[in-house]
Amino acid sequence: MEILNALVQGVLLGGLYALFAAGLSLIFGVMRLVNIAHGDLIVLSAYMALVVVQATGLNPFVAALIVVPLMALIGYALQRILLNPTLDKDLLSPLLVTFGLSIIIQNLLLGQFSADSRKLSAGAIETASIGIGGGLSVGLLPLAMFAAAVAVIVGLEFMFTRTRIGRAFRATSDDAEIAQLMGIDRRHVYAAAMALSAAIIALAGVFLAVRTNFDPSTGPLRLLFGFEAVIIGGLGSLWGTLAGGIVLGVAQTLGAQINPGFQILAGHIVFFLILVVRPRGLFPRMD
Amino acid sequence: MRAPVSIERATHASRIAAVVSLLTLVGLAAAPWWTGRANLRLLGEVYAFIALASLWNLLAGYTGLVSVGQQAFVGLGGYVLFAAAMFYGVPPLVAVVLAGVVGAIVALPMAPLLFRLQGAYFAIGTWVAAEVFRLSFAQVSALGGGSGTSLPARLVIGIAATRDQRDMLLYWFALALGLGTVAMIYLLLRSRAGLALTAIRDSEIASESLGVDIVRTKLLVYVATAAVTSMVGALVFLQKLRISPDAAFSVNDWTAYVIFIVVIGGIGTIEGPIIGAIVFFLLRETLADLGTTYLVILGVVAIAVMLKAPKGLWGLFSARTGIVLFPVRRRVVHPDAR
Repeated sequence: MEILNALVQGVLLGGLYALFAAGLSLIFGVMRLVNIAHGDLIVLSAYMALVVVQATGLNPFVAALIVVPLMALIGYALQRILLNPTLDKDLLSPLLVTFGLSIIIQNLLLGQFSADSRKLSAGAIETASIGIGGGLSVGLLPLAMFAAAVAVIVGLEFMFTRTRIGRAFRATSDDAEIAQLMGIDRRHVYAAAMALSAAIIALAGVFLAVRTNFDPSTGPLRLLFGFEAVIIGGLGSLWGTLAGGIVLGVAQTLGAQINPGFQILAGHIVFFLILVVRPRGLFPRMD
Repeated sequence: MRAPVSIERATHASRIAAVVSLLTLVGLAAAPWWTGRANLRLLGEVYAFIALASLWNLLAGYTGLVSVGQQAFVGLGGYVLFAAAMFYGVPPLVAVVLAGVVGAIVALPMAPLLFRLQGAYFAIGTWVAAEVFRLSFAQVSALGGGSGTSLPARLVIGIAATRDQRDMLLYWFALALGLGTVAMIYLLLRSRAGLALTAIRDSEIASESLGVDIVRTKLLVYVATAAVTSMVGALVFLQKLRISPDAAFSVNDWTAYVIFIVVIGGIGTIEGPIIGAIVFFLLRETLADLGTTYLVILGVVAIAVMLKAPKGLWGLFSARTGIVLFPVRRRVVHPDAR
């Protein structure tokens, strides 16, 4: 029974990890960039939501309406100013610039908000749950996170296949130079992808802030969870990231059943096991 | 008839540098007689970071294996030292060498697994591996679990009887390890394997087509780097006399600082990490009061260097002056040109 319950919680937790992973996967797909500051941007969004909630008294999910566009703007500017100049160089430049960014964000947050851990209260939804039969019940909040992850992935799939900017993303991903010849401004396309990634980051940040305690040093672990979900799911597959998130979430909640200190370790170990057995992930798409 | 040519490796500057380095080394070796305990510890730390930075530079700057998980080996080395000394009574200085052996043995199976991840994903994979180490050592209650442990006093006294003697001994050991690391990398890069490494750095595809065994070379460098990094880690925690999972496997202390040192000093050169470490400690000693602001400044400087001067401070200087202190290149010299 407890195991079954842990399984259900793990699947729902996977939704949050898929949200962490979707933004990471998106920018890797479009421009082969791995953003080391990804997790720190999630935590930055959580703090932004905190500031908005404290200033206005809004519900965190309403505050997201401010945080998401703001983060998208930041993402766009970040790409244009800092990251575009690194892309034509070697692998090292974008990696090190985002690594530096990660340290800067962490320490700015530390200076501003101290190392105390914070949490956002979203009211009744946090404790509300619905029975799904068999004596099992699921929390409304984890369910909302999972639904948000599915919605984000459906939205991204729709955008990639049906919209003009989605076609530009795919074209630039396939061959940036030819895409330029066809009149696509690569710099803008990359910045738009980063803005979209940052919007998803902001959404993930608000959910993170409501679900659990956070402090300035918690970003890197979010990056690792998102990364593990991407690799477990298979590079380049959006639905794969959801599957990867679920595998990771289930591994963690089952690990926590054995021993609370084992939760995160169990996730890492499953990640390495999958790397041994299926180095290209569960649903590989990209070469 | 073609004029006979000769191959030259040393430069005018490098000959002067060799003499100056030797004199500096003699001065540094004599440091216990001309400076106090606090400075000895600081210098010991500088040597440890020169070693760590040189090793990371060898890995990232030459083989393109950008790791953000070298703290795995720093921490492993520290824990091997504590475990060997506490449980088996291995003399601490011997345990430092043992830490190197264990580091290599652990790195050997890790490498093929991590090599399955490409480029930036390799970087994050190494980080996950380091986290596995951190969380695993936090589960070992004999080593103090999550809160860590101190080296028992009887073992500390076992290093040397008095505190002054201990400080001296550890100082020389740090100097030897720092010097040994740089010397090893210098000799490696001047050797046949070093030529292969430099070729891989410049173009992986071209070097492979000329018969360089890339996978084997990378494996070799990864394992050797892990071994020496573990030794440095063991020495660092021998100086601290206390270890905990968070300190031992800290990504900030053992990887972020190290990367900033290499980037600011100049990646892909031997001089870069040394210059970077000196700059890093000068900044730290003058700006440490600023707390978090200091790290923000460090991050900004590293990003600015990466964007505006990707070859680092040493690269800028070397490009302007043509001076190379540790020549690893072979230059063809025409007799007429003399």
